[in-house]
Amino acid sequence: MSMKTIGQTIKSLWSLIVGLKITTVEFCRPQITVHFPRKEVTNLGTYRGHIDLVPLANDAQTPRCIMCGYCADTCPSGCISLKFHMTGEEVNPEQRRRLLLGLDVAVPRSGGKTPPPDKIERVLDKFDLNYNYCSLCGLCVQGCPVGSLAFSRDVYLVGRARQDFEFDLLGRLKSRAGTNSGKAAA
Amino acid sequence: MIIELLATPLGHTVAALVAILAFLGLNGLVMVYMERKVCGFIQLRPGPFEVGPRGLLQPVADALKLVGKQLVTPQGADALLFWLAPFISFAPVAICFLPIPFGPIATGMNMNLGLLLILAFSGLNALSLVLAGWGSNNKYGLLGAARAVAQSVAYEVPLLLSVLAIAFQVGSLNLSTIVEGQKGILSWNLFYQPLAFVIYFISATAETNRAPFDLPEAESELTAGFHTEYSGMGFGIFFLAEYSYMIVVCAVATALFLGGYDGPFAPGIWWFLAKVFFLVLILMFFRWTFPRVRFDQLLNICWKWLIPLGLANLIATALVMKLVQ
Repeated sequence: MSMKTIGQTIKSLWSLIVGLKITTVEFCRPQITVHFPRKEVTNLGTYRGHIDLVPLANDAQTPRCIMCGYCADTCPSGCISLKFHMTGEEVNPEQRRRLLLGLDVAVPRSGGKTPPPDKIERVLDKFDLNYNYCSLCGLCVQGCPVGSLAFSRDVYLVGRARQDFEFDLLGRLKSRAGTNSGKAAA
Repeated sequence: MIIELLATPLGHTVAALVAILAFLGLNGLVMVYMERKVCGFIQLRPGPFEVGPRGLLQPVADALKLVGKQLVTPQGADALLFWLAPFISFAPVAICFLPIPFGPIATGMNMNLGLLLILAFSGLNALSLVLAGWGSNNKYGLLGAARAVAQSVAYEVPLLLSVLAIAFQVGSLNLSTIVEGQKGILSWNLFYQPLAFVIYFISATAETNRAPFDLPEAESELTAGFHTEYSGMGFGIFFLAEYSYMIVVCAVATALFLGGYDGPFAPGIWWFLAKVFFLVLILMFFRWTFPRVRFDQLLNICWKWLIPLGLANLIATALVMKLVQ
């Protein structure tokens, strides 16, 4: 047994002490566990829950959505389905693409002009999300031209059946607006 | 009448055995809780928390679950050996506790060959692991048993060598005498025999099959090793025995090296228990710090390092004792 082996062994033994020191330090550090039913986590800035509709700045009841259907088309799992109807007079097929928008949103390919009034308006009837198939890829959120989709921050989402994960996002938006205005009134 | 009965040697021994068994049952609960809490704290978790105040009733719930489970004998198993093994594992533990001096009076049986008794009966544990592995007709069980034998045979040698060094120094195998020789912290054998203490503690970790030497029950390689096939209290008794052996080796270490019940202010028994549980805490830190060694490493540490060092230490002790005389 050479001196080198002995030196190596002493070095290895020292590494054991270093290891014990690390666990002792960790032992004394405060825990990072959050005891859920009594406390909830707060650091949700980067959390991706299921998608949710974003309301207009001046109207919490109406989503920003322009019903272009990009999200439904781009979703790789086909989670999103939306239905809408049109109101107002239909002048010509060219006008079909024009949408009555909030003042903060420009018409696509209109060079930033605000749209002419009293034309066709699309009204969103249904915006359903089947969260069972969602892979949280975020293409819909990324691609939405008017920023009408965002990830929710609902970490504690629990369900017992498949139906519990089929969301009516429009209904959620409206009920949220209701509770918010209720809170504001209170 | 009862006091008279307790005064007889037989009565004293029986009372001690009853007290020991009660202590072991309670100790199992305490150590399960302690181990899980230590593990949790090291990993920045709270450990068991929900059952009872701060999770204190978790071990009780676990024990009730184990008691309530069905006992299954695997197909093709040797039922007699299979069910004998847990009891052979646990029964000697109670005897191992008899000669340990918990306090000046709290000694189950003051005997001349106490140390020898403990070493002999704790050796039986290896037999129970072999029976469990062989009897359960399971390849993992058999592999675990084979490992247990190789490990126990190897590590009993340095364990005995380190204990012998103390026996040479004190000139007695009576644990009470050894403890009485250490009065005041500076006369603890730890400071005269540091190498023996290190060798003893490493060998004791291996003897109790604790990580990083838990090869007989290495869960990532052998499912659960020798107790793979045991359900309910069959497993529970092995578990209880493992924790009891931890207390035995730590109690012997305390008596041999750390002055036993020697300490100021409080009565001796509290000092003894405090030292024992401090050593147990170190064993738990070992488990949650060090990764499991490979089998060849395990035997290399023993045959190439611990045994030569133990022998050298023994010869040096013998020489010094001869010169002092």
